[in-house]
Amino acid sequence: MRKEVRIAGFGGQGVILAGIIIGRAASIYDGINAVQTQSYGPEARGGASRTEIVISDEEISYPKVSNPDILVAMSHEALIKYLDDLKDEGILIIDPDLINEEDIEDFVKEHEIKVYRARATKTATEEIGLRIVANIVMIGAITNITKIISLDAAKDAIVASVPKGTEEKNIKAFEAGYALNS
Amino acid sequence: MSNDKVTTQRSENPFMKYLRKDRLPHIFCAGCGNGTALNTFFRGMEAAKIDFDNIAMVSGIGCSSRIPGYVKCDSLHTAHGRAISFATGLKMGNPNLDVVVFTGDGDAAAIGGNHLIHAARRNINLTVICINNNIYGMTGGQISPTSPKGSFGSTAPYGSIDKPFDLAELVVAAGGSYVSRWTAIHGLQLANSIKKALNNNGFSFVEVVSQCPTYFGRRNKLRTPVEMIKAFKENSIVKKKADKMDQEELIGKIIVGEFVNNPRPEFSENICKLSEEKCGKVQLVKSAYLNEF
Amino acid sequence: MFIQGNEACARGAIKAGCRFFAGYPITPSTEVAEELARILPNYGGSFVQMEDEIAALGAIIGASWSGLKVMTSTSGPGFSLMQENIGYGQITETPLVIINVQRGSPSTGQPTMAAQGDMMQARWGSHGDYEPIALSPSSVQECFDFTIKAFNLSEKYRVPVIILTDEIIGHMREKITIPDEVKVTKREMPQEKPEDFLPFKADENGTSPMVPFGEGYNIHVTGLTHDERGYPDTSSPKAHSKLVKRLCNKVLNNRESIVSVEEEFCDDADIILISYGAPYRSVSAVVKKGRSEGINLGSLKINTPWPFPESQVLKAAEKAKDLVVVEMNLGQMVHEVESVARDKANIHLISKIGGELHKVEDILSKIREL
Repeated sequence: MRKEVRIAGFGGQGVILAGIIIGRAASIYDGINAVQTQSYGPEARGGASRTEIVISDEEISYPKVSNPDILVAMSHEALIKYLDDLKDEGILIIDPDLINEEDIEDFVKEHEIKVYRARATKTATEEIGLRIVANIVMIGAITNITKIISLDAAKDAIVASVPKGTEEKNIKAFEAGYALNS
Repeated sequence: MSNDKVTTQRSENPFMKYLRKDRLPHIFCAGCGNGTALNTFFRGMEAAKIDFDNIAMVSGIGCSSRIPGYVKCDSLHTAHGRAISFATGLKMGNPNLDVVVFTGDGDAAAIGGNHLIHAARRNINLTVICINNNIYGMTGGQISPTSPKGSFGSTAPYGSIDKPFDLAELVVAAGGSYVSRWTAIHGLQLANSIKKALNNNGFSFVEVVSQCPTYFGRRNKLRTPVEMIKAFKENSIVKKKADKMDQEELIGKIIVGEFVNNPRPEFSENICKLSEEKCGKVQLVKSAYLNEF
Repeated sequence: MFIQGNEACARGAIKAGCRFFAGYPITPSTEVAEELARILPNYGGSFVQMEDEIAALGAIIGASWSGLKVMTSTSGPGFSLMQENIGYGQITETPLVIINVQRGSPSTGQPTMAAQGDMMQARWGSHGDYEPIALSPSSVQECFDFTIKAFNLSEKYRVPVIILTDEIIGHMREKITIPDEVKVTKREMPQEKPEDFLPFKADENGTSPMVPFGEGYNIHVTGLTHDERGYPDTSSPKAHSKLVKRLCNKVLNNRESIVSVEEEFCDDADIILISYGAPYRSVSAVVKKGRSEGINLGSLKINTPWPFPESQVLKAAEKAKDLVVVEMNLGQMVHEVESVARDKANIHLISKIGGELHKVEDILSKIREL
């Protein structure tokens, strides 16, 4: 079964690393196929940033995502830009503190979107004390909500991807995200 | 036939052993300064006690760049202006080699100017002999970045209107650790400079102001080699003396001498050190021929 | 490992024995340089960031003659700057590998978007007659495998070899398997003594063993037309013709052992899609989907655009009524397909520029119209 995930936000949020970790979890630790791609503009910080992951138990030919099954929006700008592409009855995960939900109410109703709220930035700042781990908190939320990767694979991929010495903090961030009751 | 007899009666030049005899005669015009440059190079090399077998030469395009082709050592005759970049790779790939670049004013300072300043900046251990004749000889006498203001060339029929580069000063500013300039009449000083340049563990630049009677002289009222040599003699001023003179007095003069002799850490050694730090081994040499790394 | 195509090229280079890299930063190829800057010192190799791409190619040619396996990486604008020295590498028979991660062009174009606009530049970019070898990977694993293959071909035939990848494959991450042992072609020293050795003579491959500098062979390497000793011989029409024909023939005469294609469902196909690099990923999906809809599609994936796999394309033309070339430019390799197969099959082009991969449905709808 082919699943397409898009994570979007602004540059500097670690959106692309989140995509890499999910792809690595699926392909290396869950033993299924994954392709991660990204798009970026000339800005090093700020600006829009997005990553896409295709996960499948079959070989993946077409590596790109055009109509994701799952959209994770970490900024309002990204949400508005990419919402139209989301499949009907698709999963939308938002960081509610960065988003004005009123703007999407009609779309969500019309296309029967399943909306989940994961306060990744707030959790990262308040529970972990590190705003920059919001992406890892979000991976926790994605893992629990979508089950596209297993809990163990996610943790292993995080440990393999983050800088040495920061593993513990990042796993804590992941667990906090996983526990978010959306 | 009669010429042959004359040659055999003369004692052979002591540096003939360094040349590819099967490539002679060379293509240089009578009166060209390239012969002096090569002769003084061998003198400097012997004085520096550099093993000729360890020398590799690199050159670009132009008359002076044909020199390595006559020398019996490994040599790379590369694309126009690019000699120093090829030499950089050769030196880094095998830091044991003594890499010498022969180049000219057009090759080093026009099309290859960027490579020149960056090699000087890196202080990579190359010895660059730049034979500066103020003209493009091989293509028939066009002005170069060192042609004096007002001098004539086939592409400056009304006289050159732009300011020439001072190559020695350029390389000093870029970070070369040994820089000198002499003319083709300063055989002894030149050989001594080449000796120092070869022994300097860093980027060395020896500018040889040289005569091109065929193209520069002919268009600039210095028709014979002798006239050009005389002009060098009259116009050369030793750096120490020139340092005390003002700009006006120095117009039309050739400042000769040592511009810098200031050794500092060398590039390829630093790269080797990094390799030792990271894998405990010195940098691999000739590894393309190995089965195992 | 779950890594980018560009990183896989760097890893493949290390495995193939590359111990010298010179380059200049350019999007979207920079990760190749960054990865090698990081890992080359761990293998006793060296990395240098040069002042421009011309210098990068010059430096790797110099290092190749010092006796190292060498590589550089770039994208369109840098590839353009390298062209003169590519010709130098051709005429002096210098083994080297260039990774060209293609981006939207001409000029600065679209630095962060993919294209396949340099196919003909790779073929004809330097001046004069020469036969390049180029490989186009379609996956991260192939970035690794093809880079090793590029080094082996480069050593075997003493030619520059180009990896023509693109922004999609270069930046995509996939799982790759790095085998413990890979087949690596090493350089051989000549059997002859220095005084008897001719460094530019045709042996069985059409080339001779390459001696490094510093071994007492005292060879002269020049970009001028030269004889078997390496000595310039620029006025003899015969000398020039002999040299240039030998250089071309060492690739052309070995074409069948150099080229590589992969056929899928071609035997009963009415329509065969021809692709290379990233668009193969769309084509592969199109073939499966088309077949499920009852359209007999096949795929011919070209791994080596240069030398062009003429007999393989001709074979496809003999099987299928229609050949469809899918490429991310306004039509480059389609001309090669036409010149080989226009009498045997109808030839169509599905081109796309702008930086994005062909969508599966877009290709299918065009095929349905045939």
